[in-house]
Amino acid sequence: MNPAQEYPKVYLYRRIVQAKLFIDAHYADKIDLDNISDEAYFSKYHFIRLFKTVYGKTPHQYLKATRIEKAKQLLRQGNTVSDACFEVGFDSLSSFSGLFKRMVGQPASAYAAHYQQRQDQKAKTPLAFVPGCYAYQHGWTENSNFEETEPHPAG
Amino acid sequence: MITKMTVTNIHVLDQDSAYDFYVNKLGFILVDDIPMGPDSRWLTVSPPDQPDLQLVLFPVKESKMFPKETAETLTRLIRQGIFGCGVLTCNDIFATYEELKAKGVEFIKPPTKEFYGTEALFKDDSGNFFSLQPLNNFNREA
Repeated sequence: MNPAQEYPKVYLYRRIVQAKLFIDAHYADKIDLDNISDEAYFSKYHFIRLFKTVYGKTPHQYLKATRIEKAKQLLRQGNTVSDACFEVGFDSLSSFSGLFKRMVGQPASAYAAHYQQRQDQKAKTPLAFVPGCYAYQHGWTENSNFEETEPHPAG
Repeated sequence: MITKMTVTNIHVLDQDSAYDFYVNKLGFILVDDIPMGPDSRWLTVSPPDQPDLQLVLFPVKESKMFPKETAETLTRLIRQGIFGCGVLTCNDIFATYEELKAKGVEFIKPPTKEFYGTEALFKDDSGNFFSLQPLNNFNREA
Protein backbone atom coordinates (compact mmCIF):
# COMPACT_ATOMS: atom_id res chain seq x y z
CA MET A 1 0.00 0.00 0.00
CA ASN A 2 1.43 3.33 -0.99
CA PRO A 3 1.00 5.85 1.81
CA ALA A 4 0.83 8.58 -0.81
CA GLN A 5 -2.63 7.28 -1.63
CA GLU A 6 -3.63 7.18 2.01
CA TYR A 7 -3.32 10.86 2.76
CA PRO A 8 -3.32 13.97 0.69
CA LYS A 9 -0.34 16.22 0.08
CA VAL A 10 2.26 13.69 1.10
CA TYR A 11 4.91 15.69 -0.79
CA LEU A 12 4.06 18.67 1.36
CA TYR A 13 4.59 16.74 4.56
CA ARG A 14 7.86 15.34 3.27
CA ARG A 15 9.17 18.85 2.61
CA ILE A 16 8.16 20.14 6.04
CA VAL A 17 9.77 17.11 7.66
CA GLN A 18 12.93 17.63 5.55
CA ALA A 19 13.14 21.17 6.87
CA LYS A 20 12.74 19.96 10.44
CA LEU A 21 15.46 17.34 9.94
CA PHE A 22 17.63 20.05 8.35
CA ILE A 23 17.34 22.10 11.56
CA ASP A 24 18.08 19.00 13.66
CA ALA A 25 21.26 18.36 11.65
CA HIS A 26 22.48 21.96 11.24
CA TYR A 27 21.30 23.78 14.39
CA ALA A 28 24.92 24.57 15.29
CA ASP A 29 25.64 26.25 11.94
CA LYS A 30 24.75 29.77 10.95
CA ILE A 31 21.43 28.77 9.44
CA ASP A 32 18.57 31.19 9.11
CA LEU A 33 15.06 31.06 7.82
CA ASP A 34 16.15 31.49 4.21
CA ASN A 35 18.31 28.35 4.36
CA ILE A 36 15.47 26.51 5.99
CA SER A 37 12.72 27.54 3.62
CA ASP A 38 15.08 26.96 0.67
CA GLU A 39 15.50 23.47 2.02
CA ALA A 40 11.74 22.98 1.90
CA TYR A 41 11.32 24.77 -1.49
CA PHE A 42 8.62 27.06 -0.17
CA SER A 43 8.07 30.76 -0.11
CA LYS A 44 9.12 31.96 3.31
CA TYR A 45 5.71 32.94 4.69
CA HIS A 46 3.86 29.92 3.42
CA PHE A 47 6.58 27.76 4.87
CA ILE A 48 6.45 29.39 8.33
CA ARG A 49 2.71 28.89 8.47
CA LEU A 50 2.86 25.22 7.46
CA PHE A 51 5.75 24.48 9.80
CA LYS A 52 3.88 26.01 12.70
CA THR A 53 0.74 24.05 11.90
CA VAL A 54 2.70 20.80 12.01
CA TYR A 55 5.11 21.46 14.90
CA GLY A 56 3.31 24.08 16.98
CA LYS A 57 6.37 26.37 16.71
CA THR A 58 7.73 28.59 13.97
CA PRO A 59 11.01 27.35 12.44
CA HIS A 60 12.85 30.07 14.33
CA GLN A 61 11.28 29.08 17.65
CA TYR A 62 12.04 25.45 16.87
CA LEU A 63 15.69 26.27 16.06
CA LYS A 64 16.06 28.13 19.37
CA ALA A 65 14.44 25.30 21.31
CA THR A 66 16.70 22.74 19.60
CA ARG A 67 19.81 24.75 20.43
CA ILE A 68 18.80 25.06 24.07
CA GLU A 69 18.01 21.32 24.29
CA LYS A 70 21.44 20.50 22.83
CA ALA A 71 23.08 22.96 25.21
CA LYS A 72 21.39 21.18 28.13
CA GLN A 73 22.79 17.93 26.86
CA LEU A 74 26.31 19.40 26.62
CA LEU A 75 26.05 20.84 30.12
CA ARG A 76 24.95 17.44 31.43
CA GLN A 77 28.03 15.95 29.82
CA GLY A 78 30.18 18.34 31.83
CA ASN A 79 30.93 21.08 29.28
CA THR A 80 31.34 24.65 30.50
CA VAL A 81 28.56 27.15 29.92
CA SER A 82 30.56 29.06 27.31
CA ASP A 83 31.53 25.86 25.47
CA ALA A 84 27.88 24.82 25.36
CA CYS A 85 26.87 28.28 24.15
CA PHE A 86 29.23 28.40 21.17
CA GLU A 87 28.91 24.68 20.35
CA VAL A 88 25.19 25.07 19.66
CA GLY A 89 25.57 28.09 17.41
CA PHE A 90 25.18 31.19 19.59
CA ASP A 91 27.40 34.20 18.92
CA SER A 92 27.15 35.79 22.31
CA LEU A 93 27.20 34.39 25.79
CA SER A 94 24.73 36.96 27.05
CA SER A 95 22.06 36.15 24.48
CA PHE A 96 22.55 32.43 25.19
CA SER A 97 22.35 32.91 28.94
CA GLY A 98 19.23 35.05 28.69
CA LEU A 99 17.45 32.61 26.42
CA PHE A 100 18.52 29.61 28.50
CA LYS A 101 17.15 31.13 31.66
CA ARG A 102 13.88 32.09 29.97
CA MET A 103 13.33 28.68 28.44
CA VAL A 104 14.66 26.39 31.17
CA GLY A 105 13.71 28.47 34.19
CA GLN A 106 17.17 28.59 35.74
CA PRO A 107 20.60 29.86 34.72
CA ALA A 108 22.79 27.46 32.74
CA SER A 109 25.38 27.20 35.51
CA ALA A 110 22.70 26.33 38.09
CA TYR A 111 21.22 23.76 35.73
CA ALA A 112 24.62 22.09 35.32
CA ALA A 113 25.35 22.14 39.05
CA HIS A 114 21.96 20.68 39.91
CA TYR A 115 22.35 17.91 37.36
CA GLN A 116 25.82 17.05 38.62
CA GLN A 117 24.55 16.89 42.17
CA ARG A 118 21.81 14.42 41.15
CA GLN A 119 24.38 12.32 39.30
CA ASP A 120 26.58 12.19 42.39
CA GLN A 121 23.61 11.06 44.45
CA LYS A 122 22.76 8.38 41.90
CA ALA A 123 26.32 7.08 41.96
CA LYS A 124 26.36 7.03 45.75
CA THR A 125 22.91 5.59 46.43
CA PRO A 126 21.64 4.09 43.16
CA LEU A 127 18.91 2.11 44.88
CA ALA A 128 17.31 5.33 46.10
CA PHE A 129 16.41 5.99 42.46
CA VAL A 130 15.02 2.57 41.58
CA PRO A 131 11.60 1.35 42.73
CA GLY A 132 12.17 -1.36 45.35
CA CYS A 133 10.24 -4.06 43.51
CA TYR A 134 12.55 -3.80 40.51
CA ALA A 135 15.69 -3.80 42.61
CA TYR A 136 14.47 -6.84 44.50
CA GLN A 137 13.50 -8.80 41.39
CA HIS A 138 16.82 -8.09 39.75
CA GLY A 139 18.68 -9.18 42.83
CA TRP A 140 20.31 -5.77 43.18
CA THR A 141 19.36 -5.52 46.84
CA GLU A 142 21.56 -8.56 47.55
CA ASN A 143 24.60 -6.81 46.17
CA SER A 144 26.39 -5.43 49.18
CA ASN A 145 28.05 -2.72 47.07
CA PHE A 146 24.75 -0.93 46.92
CA GLU A 147 23.88 -1.12 50.58
CA GLU A 148 26.40 1.23 52.08
CA THR A 149 24.12 4.10 52.86
CA GLU A 150 20.56 2.88 53.01
CA PRO A 151 19.55 -0.47 54.45
CA HIS A 152 16.59 -1.81 52.47
CA PRO A 153 13.44 -2.80 54.34
CA ALA A 154 14.03 -6.54 53.98
CA GLY A 155 17.60 -6.15 55.25
CA MET B 1 -6.68 6.10 45.92
CA ILE B 2 -4.51 5.39 42.93
CA THR B 3 -3.93 8.49 40.83
CA LYS B 4 -1.32 7.82 38.15
CA MET B 5 0.96 5.38 36.43
CA THR B 6 4.51 6.62 36.76
CA VAL B 7 6.72 3.64 35.89
CA THR B 8 6.07 0.82 33.45
CA ASN B 9 8.12 -1.71 31.48
CA ILE B 10 9.06 -2.22 27.90
CA HIS B 11 10.82 -5.56 27.55
CA VAL B 12 13.77 -5.14 25.20
CA LEU B 13 16.36 -7.55 23.83
CA ASP B 14 19.35 -5.19 23.94
CA GLN B 15 19.57 -2.11 26.15
CA ASP B 16 22.19 -0.28 24.02
CA SER B 17 20.17 -0.70 20.88
CA ALA B 18 16.93 0.18 22.71
CA TYR B 19 18.56 3.37 24.04
CA ASP B 20 19.48 4.37 20.51
CA PHE B 21 16.00 3.58 19.22
CA TYR B 22 13.97 5.33 21.91
CA VAL B 23 16.24 8.36 22.37
CA ASN B 24 17.73 8.97 18.92
CA LYS B 25 14.89 7.77 16.72
CA LEU B 26 11.69 8.28 18.72
CA GLY B 27 13.05 11.37 20.49
CA PHE B 28 12.30 10.20 24.04
CA ILE B 29 14.15 11.84 26.93
CA LEU B 30 16.68 9.78 28.86
CA VAL B 31 15.74 9.84 32.55
CA ASP B 32 18.11 7.40 34.25
CA ASP B 33 20.99 5.25 33.15
CA ILE B 34 22.43 3.89 36.38
CA PRO B 35 24.92 1.02 36.40
CA MET B 36 23.81 -1.74 38.75
CA GLY B 37 26.77 -4.03 38.97
CA PRO B 38 28.19 -6.00 36.06
CA ASP B 39 25.96 -6.40 32.96
CA SER B 40 23.09 -4.57 34.53
CA ARG B 41 21.73 -1.06 34.29
CA TRP B 42 18.60 0.79 35.28
CA LEU B 43 17.63 2.47 32.02
CA THR B 44 14.50 4.61 31.79
CA VAL B 45 13.12 7.08 29.25
CA SER B 46 10.11 9.41 29.10
CA PRO B 47 7.98 10.68 26.24
CA PRO B 48 9.11 14.31 25.69
CA ASP B 49 5.90 15.92 26.97
CA GLN B 50 5.28 13.45 29.77
CA PRO B 51 8.15 13.59 32.24
CA ASP B 52 6.15 11.88 34.98
CA LEU B 53 5.92 8.60 33.05
CA GLN B 54 9.12 6.56 33.07
CA LEU B 55 9.39 3.65 30.67
CA VAL B 56 11.86 1.09 31.95
CA LEU B 57 13.81 -0.42 29.06
CA PHE B 58 13.84 -3.77 30.76
CA PRO B 59 16.38 -6.28 29.44
CA VAL B 60 15.16 -9.77 28.64
CA LYS B 61 18.06 -12.10 29.28
CA GLU B 62 18.85 -14.95 31.58
CA SER B 63 19.00 -13.46 35.07
CA LYS B 64 17.65 -13.81 38.57
CA MET B 65 14.30 -12.66 37.19
CA PHE B 66 14.25 -14.80 34.09
CA PRO B 67 15.33 -18.43 34.17
CA LYS B 68 16.98 -19.52 30.92
CA GLU B 69 13.84 -21.04 29.43
CA THR B 70 11.70 -18.02 30.29
CA ALA B 71 14.23 -15.64 28.76
CA GLU B 72 14.38 -17.72 25.58
CA THR B 73 10.61 -17.97 25.25
CA LEU B 74 10.13 -14.28 25.90
CA THR B 75 12.85 -13.39 23.38
CA ARG B 76 11.18 -15.52 20.73
CA LEU B 77 7.76 -13.97 21.36
CA ILE B 78 9.10 -10.42 21.29
CA ARG B 79 10.94 -11.11 18.02
CA GLN B 80 7.72 -12.51 16.58
CA GLY B 81 6.06 -9.18 17.32
CA ILE B 82 3.50 -10.63 19.74
CA PHE B 83 3.67 -7.76 22.21
CA GLY B 84 2.09 -4.38 21.73
CA CYS B 85 3.27 -1.70 24.13
CA GLY B 86 0.43 0.77 23.71
CA VAL B 87 -0.56 3.93 21.92
CA LEU B 88 1.85 6.82 21.38
CA THR B 89 0.29 10.13 20.49
CA CYS B 90 1.61 12.93 18.31
CA ASN B 91 0.43 16.30 17.03
CA ASP B 92 0.58 15.45 13.37
CA ILE B 93 0.56 11.81 12.41
CA PHE B 94 1.61 12.35 8.78
CA ALA B 95 4.66 14.43 9.68
CA THR B 96 5.60 12.06 12.49
CA TYR B 97 5.25 9.09 10.14
CA GLU B 98 7.48 10.73 7.51
CA GLU B 99 10.09 11.66 10.09
CA LEU B 100 10.27 8.25 11.77
CA LYS B 101 10.37 6.54 8.40
CA ALA B 102 13.24 8.82 7.35
CA LYS B 103 15.05 7.69 10.51
CA GLY B 104 14.63 4.04 9.58
CA VAL B 105 11.75 3.06 11.88
CA GLU B 106 9.93 -0.01 10.54
CA PHE B 107 6.22 0.58 10.00
CA ILE B 108 3.74 -2.30 9.86
CA LYS B 109 0.97 0.05 8.77
CA PRO B 110 1.20 3.60 7.32
CA PRO B 111 -1.27 6.23 8.57
CA THR B 112 -4.66 4.73 7.79
CA LYS B 113 -8.15 5.96 8.46
CA GLU B 114 -9.95 3.66 10.90
CA PHE B 115 -13.40 4.13 12.37
CA TYR B 116 -11.83 5.63 15.51
CA GLY B 117 -9.44 7.91 13.66
CA THR B 118 -6.11 7.74 11.85
CA GLU B 119 -3.58 5.18 13.02
CA ALA B 120 -0.15 3.89 12.04
CA LEU B 121 1.70 0.90 13.52
CA PHE B 122 5.44 0.59 13.95
CA LYS B 123 7.91 -1.74 15.64
CA ASP B 124 10.71 -0.95 18.03
CA ASP B 125 14.19 -2.42 17.54
CA SER B 126 13.25 -5.55 19.53
CA GLY B 127 9.96 -6.29 17.76
CA ASN B 128 7.46 -4.71 20.17
CA PHE B 129 4.78 -2.81 18.29
CA PHE B 130 3.24 0.56 19.01
CA SER B 131 0.18 2.29 17.67
CA LEU B 132 0.83 5.87 16.60
CA GLN B 133 -2.19 8.15 16.73
CA PRO B 134 -2.97 11.85 16.70
CA LEU B 135 -4.04 13.34 20.04
CA ASN B 136 -7.62 13.84 19.00
CA ASN B 137 -8.42 10.17 18.26
CA PHE B 138 -11.03 8.72 20.64
CA ASN B 139 -12.18 12.29 21.28
CA ARG B 140 -9.17 12.97 23.45
CA GLU B 141 -8.69 16.63 23.95
CA ALA B 142 -6.23 18.02 21.47
